[in-house]
Amino acid sequence: MDNEKQYFFDKPKNIQLILYLLYACCGVLVVLDFVIHRHVYHSWENLPIFYPIYGFVGCVILVLIASWMRTFLMRPEDYYGPVEAPDNSKIEIIDVSDGHAKEANNNNEGDRNVDA
Amino acid sequence: MWMLELPPFVLFLIGGLIAATTRGKLRGALMIAIPIISGLHLWTVPEGIHLQLTFLDYELIPYRADKLSLMFGYIFHIAAFIGIVYSLHVKDTVQQVAAMLYAGSAIGAVFAGDLLTLFVFWELLAFTSVFLIWARRTPAAYSAGMRYLIMQVLSGVILLAGALFYISETGSIAFDFIGLDSIAGWLIFIAFGIKCAFPFAHTWLTDAYPEATPTGTVLLSAFTTKVAVYALARAYPGTELLVYIGAAMTCFPIFFAVIENDLRRVLAYSLINQVGFMVVGIGIGTSLALNGAVSHAFNDVIFKGLLFMSMGAVLHMTGRINGSDLGGLYKTMPKTTILCIVGAASISAFPLFSGFVSKSMVMTAAMETGHDWVWLMLLFASAGVFHHAGIKIPYFAFFAHDSGIRANDPPNNMLLAMFIAACLCIGIGIYPAALYSLLPYDTGYNPYDATHVLAQTQLLLFSALAFVWLNLKGKYPPELRSTHLDVDWVYRRLVPNILQRMFAVIWKVDADVRQSVRGKLSQCQAFLARQYKEGGSFISSDYPSGNMVLWVAVILATYLFIGFVN
Repeated sequence: MDNEKQYFFDKPKNIQLILYLLYACCGVLVVLDFVIHRHVYHSWENLPIFYPIYGFVGCVILVLIASWMRTFLMRPEDYYGPVEAPDNSKIEIIDVSDGHAKEANNNNEGDRNVDA
Repeated sequence: MWMLELPPFVLFLIGGLIAATTRGKLRGALMIAIPIISGLHLWTVPEGIHLQLTFLDYELIPYRADKLSLMFGYIFHIAAFIGIVYSLHVKDTVQQVAAMLYAGSAIGAVFAGDLLTLFVFWELLAFTSVFLIWARRTPAAYSAGMRYLIMQVLSGVILLAGALFYISETGSIAFDFIGLDSIAGWLIFIAFGIKCAFPFAHTWLTDAYPEATPTGTVLLSAFTTKVAVYALARAYPGTELLVYIGAAMTCFPIFFAVIENDLRRVLAYSLINQVGFMVVGIGIGTSLALNGAVSHAFNDVIFKGLLFMSMGAVLHMTGRINGSDLGGLYKTMPKTTILCIVGAASISAFPLFSGFVSKSMVMTAAMETGHDWVWLMLLFASAGVFHHAGIKIPYFAFFAHDSGIRANDPPNNMLLAMFIAACLCIGIGIYPAALYSLLPYDTGYNPYDATHVLAQTQLLLFSALAFVWLNLKGKYPPELRSTHLDVDWVYRRLVPNILQRMFAVIWKVDADVRQSVRGKLSQCQAFLARQYKEGGSFISSDYPSGNMVLWVAVILATYLFIGFVN
């Protein structure tokens, strides 16, 4: 495994590129809202850029309420009982920080998909 | 071709036998052949009642084909085929047999023309599918499977009670429109509702599906809830109550999905959200809405299957499924990443993907019938589903921060199954007329007008923008190792705790009562012993039982001796 290999999103520049693409698309969609003649069923749809605002605000509210719900719904992972340790038999974990590959210890407790 | 009277589930039951008795490549080939042959045959089956039996005084109809049941029959065959291809690498007889029988029960249920046959397949669905959960062979899977089984059997028992009431009221056992006018109607409604994951009865789903095996969850997501959707569409179209239940189902799960860590549980929540759209469609009950509900069920089986398959592939290859443990997998699992994104785009109803052509029907129907608030809720749910299933699933699994895991793409059969599902998602999205031609009604609906496409794209891209903005601001709830409480807390914690305390009190009272009674008895004994102390009586404490045994032995020996002498 080549640890030095750079993947697409390892470069912050590429992430920025994607984000700018998204901003541009959003901008175009807002403009199109005024250009395209729309058939509306409902009076609210006549509001300028109704759907973009609804989508954005709806999602922000969704996330804020969900975060608030964590304050009273969140419990430790083993709340209902002990949690099974993840199965490391098939993966290779690469320590990203110092670049040394270390094989995951093979604590395979019998293949689960055994033929009965 | 074989007889028309042979119901389509029979081949799957035979498939279960084959899976139990064969091994290796032969088993794989035969298991793939069954849904193909059965599906091709079903394609030639005309509408009508093809099998009728008389049982006691009742006319049973185990095989009734009409547009509605045929539609579900087709999709169940496709789901079974994809599921079997996906699980070809698995060498576990329990899972293979359960998969065949489970698919067969689902197909049997949708072709059932009477309530007794429906009940039989309803229960078979529970008993066959639970093995897909237990096949994970962990303590958590065992207990989750138990809870799942209890809920499913409960639903069946209520269905049977409702059917018996219905028979005594109407004298008929035909499974057609039932409605909510009688006790029977309500009982059957509740039974369907439990299997359909109505709010407060939904936790069996979010509890059990993430505990099943990677391949098992794919099959589970396809059948149980869709059979319930079919049953509702058959028996309760146009029931106003369903509109509100469905709207609630679309909205509440997305809050849980945003904070949930287990990515397959996120998908389980989004499954409820999608079923909500179908339930709303059934509740509205116009031909457009029913078409929307049925076609959305059709599409959901494929795209939800695709998403569960991609997460199953992640679990299979890495052994992890929590968002907090994953990230950066796109580097070494590029094919899975792309296929997952296709599923995510479909469930979010992007134009040119399958979700768009069916979801928009339900939304349009809601608007046309004047359900303004419901329409707004559906709109919110559409944005929300993109947020958690469309962005969160691919983002936290394949992108986000690099977890350092370097797992390869899954085995070829898993990739092939995902590829077939992805092709269907895109194919239906581009050419919806093929799907529409199968629908029960002809409404001449066209999803691709400029208004719809623009509105949906705006809605989705601006929810994406909200995700980006919240992430950059650091406001997005991080993936944390945690358990989030849901309604199942009531029967997993609250009720057991109450019972435990109740029994603690009961045992204590019981112990006290025993203690005092025992005390009284020994007092009595002491009193009597005192009374007869000098008399040599039998209840005297001075009269040891050893003496008695000795004397009994002496008498017995004497008796034997006399008997021997004589």
